[in-house]
Amino acid sequence: MVVAVIEFHLDARSGVPPYQQLIRQVRHALRLGLLKEGDKLPTVKDVVARIAINPNTVLKAYRELEYEGLVQPRPGLGTFVTRTLGGDDTLAAHEPLRQDLTGWLAKARAAGLDDESIEALLISTFRVFSAERAGRRG
Amino acid sequence: MTSAIVTSGLTKRYGRRTALRDCTLDIPAGHVVGLVGPNGAGKSTLLQLACGLLRPTEGTIEVLGGPPANGSARIGFVAQDTPVYAGLTIAEHLRLGAHLNPGWDKRLAEQRIDDLGLDPAQRAGKLSGGQRAQLALTMAMAKRPDLLLLDEPVAALDPLARREFLQGLMEFVAEHGVSAVMSSHLVADLERVCDYLVVLAASRVRVTGDVEELLATHHRLTGARRDPDTLGPGHEVVYASHTDVQSTLLVRSSAPIDDPSWATDRLDLEELVLAYMTEAGGAGRKRSLETQR
Repeated sequence: MVVAVIEFHLDARSGVPPYQQLIRQVRHALRLGLLKEGDKLPTVKDVVARIAINPNTVLKAYRELEYEGLVQPRPGLGTFVTRTLGGDDTLAAHEPLRQDLTGWLAKARAAGLDDESIEALLISTFRVFSAERAGRRG
Repeated sequence: MTSAIVTSGLTKRYGRRTALRDCTLDIPAGHVVGLVGPNGAGKSTLLQLACGLLRPTEGTIEVLGGPPANGSARIGFVAQDTPVYAGLTIAEHLRLGAHLNPGWDKRLAEQRIDDLGLDPAQRAGKLSGGQRAQLALTMAMAKRPDLLLLDEPVAALDPLARREFLQGLMEFVAEHGVSAVMSSHLVADLERVCDYLVVLAASRVRVTGDVEELLATHHRLTGARRDPDTLGPGHEVVYASHTDVQSTLLVRSSAPIDDPSWATDRLDLEELVLAYMTEAGGAGRKRSLETQR
């Protein structure tokens, strides 16, 4: 048996649908370089036997990853990674953005906002921004 | 899509008590179905009707396209409290299974007992609750059925035994593509393993449907107090509660909620189930909430 390089887990309290949690974990592993091109994802049977979830949930996650061009099923063999996500280069490229954000957080703190207010402001602004973007496209 | 269980006007009465009333359902095959509801809601009755242990008082039920037959090779049934023969050993259980079932999968049964680390010479009466449940599940699986019916199989188990039971069940479903209907009131478990839900309360079906679809179409709205009827078409109020100043509605909506004066939240499965159960306990208005597919 091929040893799968990643193991899934499920956070029942996160409010994120299980199939999306699996997708995020694969993307995360790709970004961190834990998964590389040619690596095999655990089989559906292995995943459900390990974390006791519905097989259709795993299939749906793998289909979505395939649609994103990240993995490719090979009949009878399993599902394989076809593309990596960024890695160190991308993290480095994000550094200027992170610095901007850190500056903004310092300003918010200086203006007297507590953690909750900062989070609420960030999320609501992000939502409005996304909605406006979506509206422009549609 | 073929159906695992189809019922129409299905009713079961014991003397004067009605255990299941006017139940109309179409459960598609290829799903792991969660049958959820409070104690006495009719879950066990529905499962026993489906495996032919009970006969309907009124209405019809079809299982895998035909009338239910007691002892059918196509159905694996794990009864409530996962009964086994206390005086028989595990090996004797497997021999009995092989003797009673023409399609018995000896290899699967023995492999599972081995994987579980159970001693075939052990008497079933000496097993822990979790081991007993696993033995009952193995007996149902080795029939190689097309449909597994499980009546509260994990209710009495500790969290670890419950997880191990569900792991085994999901592995079997993934490998053999069988349908399963499992009753439980442990919604957190159902949320992991089920992709289709049937909510029973007070002997009636309250809601059925694909879990993801149910989660996507149900919302909690909070806002200034107002009449729920102002929501407009495409929104069905499942549950409403009001204070002097605020209204909280749980709605099922086919249309997007675009009124910005409502704060809209998604629900998790537990809240959704509770809302339908609460509604059942309340005014008891007759509703038809089945998802038509």
